[in-house]
Amino acid sequence: MSKIEIKNVYKIFGDQPSKVLPMVQNGATKEEVLEKTGHTVGLDNVSLSIEEGETFVCMGLSGSGKSTLIRHINRLIDPTAGVVSVEGTNVMDLDQKKLIDFRRHKMSMVFQRFGLFPHKTVLENVGYGLEVQGQKPEERNKTAMEKIEAVGLTGFEHQYPNQLSGGMQQRVGLARALATNTDIMLMDEAFSALDPLIRSDMQKQLIDLQSELKKTIVFITHDLDESLRLGDHIGILNGGRLVQVGTPIDIIMNPADDYVEAFVKDVNRAKVIKAKIIMTPANKSNDVDKSNLVKIGEDQFLDEFLPQIVCSNANCEVVDKEGNVKGYLTKKELSKALTKEHMANAVKSA
Amino acid sequence: MGKYKKHIFYSLYLIAFAAMVFIAYTSSKYRPESVSVLFTDFSWLGNWPKWLDLPLMPFLNEGFDKLIREYGMFFEGINNFLLGLYTQMKNFMVGLPWPLLMIGIIALCYFVSGRNTGTTIMVAFCVFFLGFLSPRYWDKCIMTTCIVVIGMLLCLIIGIPVGIMMARNKKVRNALLPVLDLMQTIPSFCYLIPGILLFGLGAVPAIFAIFVYAVPPLIRLTDLGIRLVDKEVVEAAEAFGASKKQKLWGVQLPLALPNIMQGINQCTMMSLAMVVIASMIGTRGIGDEVLLGLQQLNVGMATEAGIAIVLLAIIFDRITQSYGEKIQERTHLKKDIKL
Ligand SMILES: Nc1ncnc2c1ncn2[C@@H]1O[C@H](COP(=O)(O)OP(=O)(O)OP(=O)(O)O)[C@@H](O)[C@H]1O
Ligand SMILES: [Mg+2]
Repeated sequence: MSKIEIKNVYKIFGDQPSKVLPMVQNGATKEEVLEKTGHTVGLDNVSLSIEEGETFVCMGLSGSGKSTLIRHINRLIDPTAGVVSVEGTNVMDLDQKKLIDFRRHKMSMVFQRFGLFPHKTVLENVGYGLEVQGQKPEERNKTAMEKIEAVGLTGFEHQYPNQLSGGMQQRVGLARALATNTDIMLMDEAFSALDPLIRSDMQKQLIDLQSELKKTIVFITHDLDESLRLGDHIGILNGGRLVQVGTPIDIIMNPADDYVEAFVKDVNRAKVIKAKIIMTPANKSNDVDKSNLVKIGEDQFLDEFLPQIVCSNANCEVVDKEGNVKGYLTKKELSKALTKEHMANAVKSA
Repeated sequence: MGKYKKHIFYSLYLIAFAAMVFIAYTSSKYRPESVSVLFTDFSWLGNWPKWLDLPLMPFLNEGFDKLIREYGMFFEGINNFLLGLYTQMKNFMVGLPWPLLMIGIIALCYFVSGRNTGTTIMVAFCVFFLGFLSPRYWDKCIMTTCIVVIGMLLCLIIGIPVGIMMARNKKVRNALLPVLDLMQTIPSFCYLIPGILLFGLGAVPAIFAIFVYAVPPLIRLTDLGIRLVDKEVVEAAEAFGASKKQKLWGVQLPLALPNIMQGINQCTMMSLAMVVIASMIGTRGIGDEVLLGLQQLNVGMATEAGIAIVLLAIIFDRITQSYGEKIQERTHLKKDIKL
């Protein structure tokens, strides 16, 4: 059973969504529906499942329905049709009390525009999730302080949100979501306002957190590099429709349509491709020059060892965790992998 | 389907109109001997015919009489309660030595405005001038103030919860908005009449009139303030599992407070305007000085009393306004939102 299961979900914004639904189900596009009925299609037959412990990244242009999708998971928005179930429970079946309980203990959320409480200090904001659960101030302040430190805002805990910069506010939102320590985290463009240094630091923290705690994360981003770095699976939305779901490599190698292709066109391949994907396997490596070798792990991304190779003019020996040689990498494979046309072939032959 | 509904709606209008014309015609004393006369003699098309007159007045009077007959006890109870409250409060304040009362008001202003010296000095100046204008005004201003304060309390106790209900429930809002419009469109003077009939002369009908006249802006601004709270902030509270109560008290009300304070401020100003008008039905207070001036064609007297009312208004305004500003500062909201 998947952790989060979304089945044929439609969401139509407007006065009479149920009347417009058949039209959408019959294949009308977002633009047509808007022109004919004045209703906005938020989601159009979206189905996907997210497994426990994975990071699912959702991408798409502005207005493609990413925030709408993520709000269905904790039922901030009710679907017009379809089923959203979390751990096997249909969220629409929850009554008021159960829903509150579910939101308190099952999932937390980071908001795109931060959603901080302007009348509460940073400390109170971060502790809010614990406050509504009824935790005592001393206890929740302790947890809150830990999270504030984790996002690097120590010293600002008694400031108010509007005394902080945008990026700092976003980190408060992040700390608030971390504080309740829930299984599922919904992160709507959680890093969008951060500077590159802090951003990459936060990404690293998230990856570390993931390897340790194995949370289920739904992450929205506009940044392809970020999605490739964080995502176990990536879903791409266009006009409310889910056009492709797959692993990062899948998306880059086999874009489902022009829209996805346009999306991945400028990707930094060295950051996405792992050594094992393009190496020449050990049993076919007779003609590789093995006089000057550098050892690299099979799960390393190209950009992690590329400079070293270029400088030392060596070939690579690809090893797994135990140190067994799995294959070799030469300049030939590398240059193929990094230029667009050769890419797909290189991967296929691997 | 939608169109169909509309047609039913229109025909209902038509039926209601026909029924009203029929009632007007049959109940009128001036109607012609028979309907057929109307179709032979067309003179009724010249001036508005006397028989085309909806008998609303007798109907309303009857209803009102019935109300008083059956619920007299109820209104009597309210009357006694409010009157008691007013008398107690007035006697207490009139009984205090005037310097003590003045210091009390100044201290109140000082703390309520967040130790704002400028506001406090201004209010102190106005308070002093009330008595300084004419010694008679001191006690009269106290009476006026008591009526305004009690009217305001009534507005707060009823207005804010109603505003909250409106913000939460679209149906309630749709039902109440026309009522509020009506309350604000009817000339304030008209509220005095039912007040007199229900509560007699004096302070209580004035309080009643204040309530009806001044509560709509408070309700509106409470409703508006709550709905204007950033949607994502409310969503954040929901997403972390806040119950309805936690959401209201922890997020919505604190963030709506600047708007609610604006409503209270408006409410105060309107109460003051009403209480001056209420002097016409024998409500004692600073308003009757103006009335007296008018009756005696004594320009100086009316103007002097007018100035006293302005001073009183400034005092009320500054105290409520500065409290609102203090709250805004405390909640760190943008200060430039002013209505
Ligand atoms: N409350 C609403 N009422 C009406 N339409 C809405 C509402 N919320 C979203 N929409 C519409 O749904 C569509 C998807 O909006 P959504 O906020 O999910 O986009 P998004 O993918 O998150 O975009 P962005 O990257 O800009 O945040 C948009 O066309 C928007 O106009
Ligand atoms: Mg969004």
